[in-house]
Amino acid sequence: MEKNKLKAAPFLQVKGVGKSFPGVRALDEVDLELHQGEVLAVIGENGAGKSTLMKILAGVQPPDQGEILIAGERVAEVSVDAALEQGVVLIHQELNLASNLTVGANIFLGREPGRWGVIDAKKIRSESRKFLKRIGLDVDPDKLVGDMPIGQQQMVEIAKALSVDARVLIMDEPTSSLSQTETENLFAVIKELRSQGVGIIYISHRLGEVKELADRVTVLRDGENAGELSKQEIEHDAMVKLMVGREVAQLYERTQGELGEVALSVKGLRTQAHPEHDLSFELRAGEIIGVAGLVGAGRTEMVEALFGVHPPLAGEIRVQGGAPLELNSPRDAIAAGMALVPEDRKSQGLILDMSVRENMSLASLSRDKKAGGILNQKAEIRISQTMIDQMRIKTPDDEQVVRFLSGGNQQKVVVGKWLAMQPKVLLLDEPTRGIDIGAKQEIYALMEELAGKGVAVLFVSSEMEEILGVADRVLVMHEGEISGELAKSQLDEEAVMHLATKVAV
Amino acid sequence: MKGINKILGIGGLLLFVWLATWVFSDLLTEHQWSFLTAYNQENLLKRIALFGIIGIGVAFVIITGGIDLSIGSVICLVGVGFPWLLMEKDWPLALALPTVLLVAAGIGLIHGLLITKLKLQPFVVTLCGLLIYRGVSRGFTGDQTQGFQNSFQGLKVLATGKIPLTASFGLPMPVVFLLVVALASAFFLNQTVYGRHLKALGNNEEAARFSGIHTDRMIISAYVICSSLAGLGGLLFVLDVNSAQPVDFGNFYELYAIAAAVLGGCSLRGGEGTILGVIIGTAVMRVLNNSINLIDWISKNIELAVIGSVILAGVIVDELAKRMIAKRRSKMDKE
Repeated sequence: MEKNKLKAAPFLQVKGVGKSFPGVRALDEVDLELHQGEVLAVIGENGAGKSTLMKILAGVQPPDQGEILIAGERVAEVSVDAALEQGVVLIHQELNLASNLTVGANIFLGREPGRWGVIDAKKIRSESRKFLKRIGLDVDPDKLVGDMPIGQQQMVEIAKALSVDARVLIMDEPTSSLSQTETENLFAVIKELRSQGVGIIYISHRLGEVKELADRVTVLRDGENAGELSKQEIEHDAMVKLMVGREVAQLYERTQGELGEVALSVKGLRTQAHPEHDLSFELRAGEIIGVAGLVGAGRTEMVEALFGVHPPLAGEIRVQGGAPLELNSPRDAIAAGMALVPEDRKSQGLILDMSVRENMSLASLSRDKKAGGILNQKAEIRISQTMIDQMRIKTPDDEQVVRFLSGGNQQKVVVGKWLAMQPKVLLLDEPTRGIDIGAKQEIYALMEELAGKGVAVLFVSSEMEEILGVADRVLVMHEGEISGELAKSQLDEEAVMHLATKVAV
Repeated sequence: MKGINKILGIGGLLLFVWLATWVFSDLLTEHQWSFLTAYNQENLLKRIALFGIIGIGVAFVIITGGIDLSIGSVICLVGVGFPWLLMEKDWPLALALPTVLLVAAGIGLIHGLLITKLKLQPFVVTLCGLLIYRGVSRGFTGDQTQGFQNSFQGLKVLATGKIPLTASFGLPMPVVFLLVVALASAFFLNQTVYGRHLKALGNNEEAARFSGIHTDRMIISAYVICSSLAGLGGLLFVLDVNSAQPVDFGNFYELYAIAAAVLGGCSLRGGEGTILGVIIGTAVMRVLNNSINLIDWISKNIELAVIGSVILAGVIVDELAKRMIAKRRSKMDKE
């Protein structure tokens, strides 16, 4: 019986799909098949191309090449409307619900039944009940979505998908913000839908869940198919192996320098995002620590707490053995000699409409000011010129508006802003995200050069090559805690992935 | 570069409105000239100066990405409160003057604290301010007109006096105040660390905070400056006209100030704006007001409609120009 079902022609087929973004090949000749009544898990490291593939399936982005077949027929035009028409629905990681509207109104949003613009509330209610019943969610369709726990909101999303007669349901990290019970409920619903013949594509970093739920696993790596596992083959180790098992093209090889005194000591740090975990580690002058982990592991939250963006709830943080710091704002961290190159360059790192010079001097302006708060324009120009030369920033001049620089050059401006402050501890959050390889290597060289000068460097990265090639030591985080620490000698991809995907105890 | 284009654009508009008024009110009429007379131009300059001072104030707030709707009511509070303290309460000038200015500054401080520390929206906070200070002014005066009558003639010179330049034409005193305020403000915005911080946080508050800028303190300062200049404006307005009615003194002035700032190139999204632009923007509005009063065939009743249309046209042209530049830029990038 099981065999027969799988032998039938797949309901959804992806053939040789490719997609490029400026500077990145996100997908290359990717194939994928999904049968009706099947749960297919799609896994891969951050940046393996999962999200891009799902966006293409849901019609959000058209592919550059390749084709998609639904029920054996080629999809002529990739658009959200066409995907919905075919019954392909994507449920985003961040839910797309209007929290100020009722459950029923959300289920029928954009397709409200009624005449002449007058909504047929009665029909919404009765129809909504039908779909809610199908997934076993017992809530009043008139309840406000915003008043419901997140797990129930997710169920409303699923009910909404069913209301457009979804035959393929794509779920992107659906359990990332659910509690244990909510997760179990979700699984029950997924299994129920499977038995009703819905094909489900399940994207998750949580390999334990994949093992429990999936009928088949497709692994993506660097935008290509890395392999497939049938139900019997789904094991934690097998999945990790496929996810990372590549010949690592070495991006960078750092030669470790001499270590100095402890520059940053963190004891019992509790962040606002994960108050249940204590974070402790030490970072020495001249050392480069990499912080690895999956998206949502709490890495950004940790560096932002250290930088005073979201003040820590508890913990003893010292720079160069000084007094414990009160970190209530970035100013406090800066005063102690810390600097942060933040995760989101455009919204946190730069004033996009200001010039290279104005951005470069933003942090050091107060330090260099003349009496009465008057700008020290000479110092400003000197700093921006030095940094442009030192980091080989490509810009016509330092009055160029930063918005018009390339990503790599923008990132160098952010780094330069902090170098002007001569920090003792430099924190970098995804320092090479979205920049090309050449600029990446320049950033690595810069990190190494700074370490050589005795700066303590800590960087968060989702790119394995970066972690392996640049860090002297790696902290791996998993769901808000440091799940392990790897010395250079112990460092390989599998070790990192094991700690990062640590099966929940 | 971008800023200069904007100034040229709005300066051109001012020249156009000024010339058009001259042509229609003086050249094309049979009766005597009324626009290009020393008396009228002096008066015009004085009004530009008075409104320019409050426009500069609100520009500080707009540059942070905020708004201040309470300006007119602060003008009223100071405008009726100052003569009330002097005439009804017999306070000495040396006490009354600093008191009203401190009250104005204090109002800005409260606005700033509510906006930064309690995270209330600027629109809401200052809208409530608009209602409260108007109500308070009408309350303590019993809604009675407050004025100086024939006292304080020396003080009134601050608003009504002029520095003779030629036999018939003199520079009105408020223009001196405007010049001082404008130069100080331009210096603050362009030459000090604080001005740079203000513009940076108006553009991107998060990135400014990540760079270690005291964003809250800067925003509070902007509201204090805005209310203080409104207070100064209130003083000069009441000294100019000698008396003030609590019910409508300064009514709508916040909107004139905001309109002038926007016309002068301030973006309500924050981060953008120049002092010179605000002054020219104010001048355009005052010349328009003057021309509607002088040109017979424009009904005085439609003054607000004319001003509104001109501002709307101004921002539409600005937006279209911006798009054209962006388009040309992307074309250049492709090539």
